[in-house]
Amino acid sequence: MREYDVIIIGGGPAGLAAAVEIYKEGVTDILIIERDIQLGGILQQCIHNGFGLHEFKEELTGPEYAQRFIDQIRELKIPYKLNTTVLDITKDKEIHIINSIDGYKMIKGKTIVLAMGCRERTSGAISLPGTRPAGVITAGTAQYYLNMKGYLVGKKVFILGSGDIGLIMARRMTLEGALVLGVAELLPFSGGLTRNIVQCLHDFDIPLYLSHTVVEVKGKDRIEGITLMEVDRNKQPIPGTEQEFECDALLLSVGLIPDNELSENAEIAIHRRTNGPIVNEQMETSVEGIFACGNVLHVHDLVDFVSAESRRAGRGVVRYLKGEKSHCIGIETMNGSGVSYIVPQRMHVDEIEGKYAEVFLRSTDVYHDVTLVVKLDGKEVKRFKKPHLAPAEMEHLKIDKELINVASGTLSVEVELKEAN
Amino acid sequence: MKEWDVICIVCPRGCRLKVSKDKDEISVTGNQCIRGVAYGVKEVTNPTRVVTSTVKVNHPVHRRMPVVTKGSVPKDRIFDVMKEINKIQLDLPIYVGDIIIENVLNTGVNVVASRTIE
Repeated sequence: MREYDVIIIGGGPAGLAAAVEIYKEGVTDILIIERDIQLGGILQQCIHNGFGLHEFKEELTGPEYAQRFIDQIRELKIPYKLNTTVLDITKDKEIHIINSIDGYKMIKGKTIVLAMGCRERTSGAISLPGTRPAGVITAGTAQYYLNMKGYLVGKKVFILGSGDIGLIMARRMTLEGALVLGVAELLPFSGGLTRNIVQCLHDFDIPLYLSHTVVEVKGKDRIEGITLMEVDRNKQPIPGTEQEFECDALLLSVGLIPDNELSENAEIAIHRRTNGPIVNEQMETSVEGIFACGNVLHVHDLVDFVSAESRRAGRGVVRYLKGEKSHCIGIETMNGSGVSYIVPQRMHVDEIEGKYAEVFLRSTDVYHDVTLVVKLDGKEVKRFKKPHLAPAEMEHLKIDKELINVASGTLSVEVELKEAN
Repeated sequence: MKEWDVICIVCPRGCRLKVSKDKDEISVTGNQCIRGVAYGVKEVTNPTRVVTSTVKVNHPVHRRMPVVTKGSVPKDRIFDVMKEINKIQLDLPIYVGDIIIENVLNTGVNVVASRTIE
């Protein structure tokens, strides 16, 4: 069985950034496995702009952002297999792959980088009421049809869920001549970035129905319409608020789930809140030598952060191959009140490069003028003032390593509301 | 006097701006930083947007080439730019940055390819 130093599963932004970093750090025996016909992952269908402000200090479209990494992969001649599906990964780092040229094959990695990304929640996942006609489709699938294949999935469209892909598709379908009737969001705030609300909905006078949901899908073969209702604070529909819409497509933008079936086969511990592997500061999972980065780990809102995280995973891979490893237990991170999750879940502070330990987190709610309080074993070590927090916007904290340099303990971050004077 | 409600998108905070125009005097309130003023003024005087779309490609597998305006065009010309983009059909190879439409509708902006398909 051919053994590689590194096998990277997924040729999207996470896999590509990890590959380039690993190569530049001196490890060149790399193989990238990609199931699609091309590298670049989901960025290839995200033709809108707004990518790369952190990474390249300019606004790029998704394909442009991907192209910069693809060009590097080709320049460095890093090998990749396209049209190749990974069937299984074992905890001994054996990988079962299949494609139409090699057939079925087993390969082995001294290390593996999981970079499979995420998938969309579907109508089944949200128990969408009503019939199951054609025309009920996830926003990302509609985006694939339109931007990759040139098919518009509907002419009168309603969108359930205000995630970014839904907002982007509201604009995109409008530009291609569809009538977008509205976007409904179950929560009292949007799940998308403010700039997308403004540029995708306000620009085209598309209404956003906050605290609303679809209570019925109508139609037998093809969707004919939906019923929309307002919901109360417990997300229960309020009688008498029914509104009927005739439509020929219902797009769902109701969340993304890290794609971890393969990780589970390899017996990697999955975090209950992120739905991704539990990782340490090097992005190493609970199985030694298997690393994870990008949306398979936790769903990001900016690809720039995926690239940065994947480079960190890449450096972790190279350190592992060189046999450098911490022997302390490390500290565990824990979400306090108002915080839904923290990544990484474990940190060996002595292993972190540079002056700061970096953690990523999301709030549970929209907050204004609050403080994020970092505590080590219950004792406050650092405060960060935040004028604005929202679940849709990932927060990034840099904590001075000296403040938390202990061999074991629990690091928590919580939201402290401003005290009333 | 004319008044507009504008949500600032310079940063994630999303300040709700009130922009008012009295004769030639434009004033912005509701902003929490200086950048909001410039954004508010631009939004009510000359709002512009980057347009992204796709064009048809003559190829059995790759059916569409993503394109982007290299610079922003006036907001009220977006649908006209779309019409121009939809007239195009391309043969491959095309490389990222290749000009697909030069100076689209005399806006001074080129429409370019946003990826390479060989």
